[in-house]
Amino acid sequence: MGEKSKGLKGPSPSDRPHPNERRNPQGIRIDPGSSGELENRLATFSALVKHEPGVLAKVSGLFSRRQFNIESLTVGPTEDENSARITLVVDENDTGIIQVKKQLAKLLPVISVKELSEDAVERELCLVKITNHFDQGNSLEQLKELVEKEGVDILDISDGTVTIEVRGSKRDIDDMIEMFDEFEIKEVARTGTVALERGSKKTT
Amino acid sequence: MSKSTNADQENTAEKSNPKTGAQAVVASLEEAGVRVIFGVQGGAIMPVYDALYDSKLEHITMGHEQGAAHAADAYGIVSGQPGVCIATSGPGATNLITGLADANMDSVPVLALTGQVPTNFVGNDAFQECDTIGVSNPVTKANFFATESETVGDLVSLAFLLAREGRQGPTLVDLPKDVTLGEVSDWKYKPPKLPDHVEIPDGADVKVVESAATALIDAKKPVILAGGGVIKGNACEQLYKFATEFEIPVVTTMPGIGSFPEDHELSLKPAGMHGTGYANMALTHCDVMLAVGTRFDDRLTGGVDTFAPTAEIIHIDIDPAEISKNIHADYELVGDAATVLSQLHKVMQAKPNAEEWLEQIKTWKQEYSIEYGERESNGKPRPQYIIEQLCEATESNTIVTTGVGQHQMWAMLYWTYKEPRTWVSSHGLGTMGYGLPAAIGARFAASDDQKVVCIDGDGSFLMTLQELSVAVREELDITVVVLNNAGIGMVRQWQDAFYGHRRMASEYPWVPDFSKIADAFGAKGFLLENVEDVESIIREAIEYKGPSVIDARIDPAENVFPMVPSGGANGLFALTEEHLEEL
Repeated sequence: MGEKSKGLKGPSPSDRPHPNERRNPQGIRIDPGSSGELENRLATFSALVKHEPGVLAKVSGLFSRRQFNIESLTVGPTEDENSARITLVVDENDTGIIQVKKQLAKLLPVISVKELSEDAVERELCLVKITNHFDQGNSLEQLKELVEKEGVDILDISDGTVTIEVRGSKRDIDDMIEMFDEFEIKEVARTGTVALERGSKKTT
Repeated sequence: MSKSTNADQENTAEKSNPKTGAQAVVASLEEAGVRVIFGVQGGAIMPVYDALYDSKLEHITMGHEQGAAHAADAYGIVSGQPGVCIATSGPGATNLITGLADANMDSVPVLALTGQVPTNFVGNDAFQECDTIGVSNPVTKANFFATESETVGDLVSLAFLLAREGRQGPTLVDLPKDVTLGEVSDWKYKPPKLPDHVEIPDGADVKVVESAATALIDAKKPVILAGGGVIKGNACEQLYKFATEFEIPVVTTMPGIGSFPEDHELSLKPAGMHGTGYANMALTHCDVMLAVGTRFDDRLTGGVDTFAPTAEIIHIDIDPAEISKNIHADYELVGDAATVLSQLHKVMQAKPNAEEWLEQIKTWKQEYSIEYGERESNGKPRPQYIIEQLCEATESNTIVTTGVGQHQMWAMLYWTYKEPRTWVSSHGLGTMGYGLPAAIGARFAASDDQKVVCIDGDGSFLMTLQELSVAVREELDITVVVLNNAGIGMVRQWQDAFYGHRRMASEYPWVPDFSKIADAFGAKGFLLENVEDVESIIREAIEYKGPSVIDARIDPAENVFPMVPSGGANGLFALTEEHLEEL
């Protein structure tokens, strides 16, 4: 090791005045003593994008790079053949939700983006495949009862399995899957949420 | 045979319409006003190079594609227009990536053109194939995969425009060989237009401007934080008028260096990890901060919890996504820096009542002076002194480029920057090796009466020194000063401070004699070992018409102060090693 260098003159850190005030991790000034922690919430975004190759990679890349918590992402064609609609559900605090919107809007192929109202129409579709053990009792009747009561459809009964189609909000589907838990669930496939604003309100 | 440069021939030759995609690419660059491009030849890009054969565009062959990207970046910083770099597919494109990531972090206008394997080979893992679009997605503002010869010229024009407009940044066009070779029947240059859905904000919301002005007028401890956006938005004049008329001290970020003259009494130089003590004190204790064109990088803010904790923040930025991203803005002003500063200026009815604050800042400037004392250390000239002497020996329009590390921090602290676009450095990405290729790019954008000085470290210089061949071949007047401390000094400083002096892979047991390397390249080499020779060697190197390299041997034990430990409070900067131990 060489000789120690001298550094600069001036009061040491402990001899300087320091403010007691603080900011929270989002850079918002908070009352001293409070954690200032922001609560997460679910937000649904609809983004109209150019219908061209690579758009989905840009959007999903943005989400992984910026560490946004994503609940679901769907993409499909729209009424206009030149554009596609991406519906996103994210779980973030308010600062994060605003960032999601602004960062999405910056991507060149994104034409417009909006956080949807709480009362927007939201739907997801889910397929549940359960094992058919029904020869062991009359539980097929139970299942059919359940299916009728909940308004879901049986799409297939074969090779010892029953495949059911469930539609609803994300929470409806979560609940329904829980309900089918009493049967043996083999596989689940979900589309993720799609959504449109109600009535005359424009989605994007 | 070298390409024809006969001016008469060019003038009389009828300007024929492009016949291939490649010719359209080159025509589009010419029409955009590009004069020089930096690149390296290769298989998939050969059609474009073939079109360059007949063009008046100057092409500078670089030693490595990373050098081409940095040269284009520096060209972009100095000129304000997109710097253009060009490379082949595969390794050519991936070698550009570091430079594009650098430009992306620092919002520098750069257009990259990359060759690509023919469309029918794409996806087959063909020779020198790489998913350039995929790889460049996170480091470009926009990128495009060209699919048609007929429109590839328009795509290049659009990419050029996007690099320059709004928040500047790098764009890329990937050019499959069949697209550049393909015939073009009827393409004419059309000035590019932004897509309809892309809006570039100009003026900010008038109501927010008015309430921000009220906050500033009522401030007792106002400060301006001037970022790189002030320079890129050509708002330095507006900033100067605003700061001097309302007597508000100006702190800059690193990219904001040069936005306000550092010899002015209101200048506090840069704040942040190695910023001046007085700038960090001003940010820590201000009550209203006018932040212009900055993204509140962590090297500036230190710990977010302790950043300007008593300040209301007025944030002007052209990119809405930067507002309240890292630091919450109390007044959001989305718009062009020059326009919004003028808007704010118009509604400022009075200057803030801040006499006490200005006195306080004067005191801090004395208390936390960066005066370094001795000119030598352990028998070697000190880097602070060398940089001061370099600054003394050159005009105020001299362009300084740097690598990354201790030398960069000394170059920031001990040179007095008075003009915009004279500080050319790698900030956000912190790319060692940036300095020399940047000096080459800056040289092409600089005017003839401007000197270009690269202040480098031995670690940084070793990463890209092959570009010295370009400086010699092109007869470029640049002066490289290598502050040679035989190691990666900044890492060594951190190891001493935070890793119990365990110096792993930061000290070189041997370094080459850079003055002899310079001589071998055909540049002029100088070895600087004694403090008495600093002035004379600097003078000789600066006066030398051509590339020169000073190998300045400095004390490896020298540390950079002030220093805010990573994530620490700006106001708790250390001025000595003892302070670091205290923190």
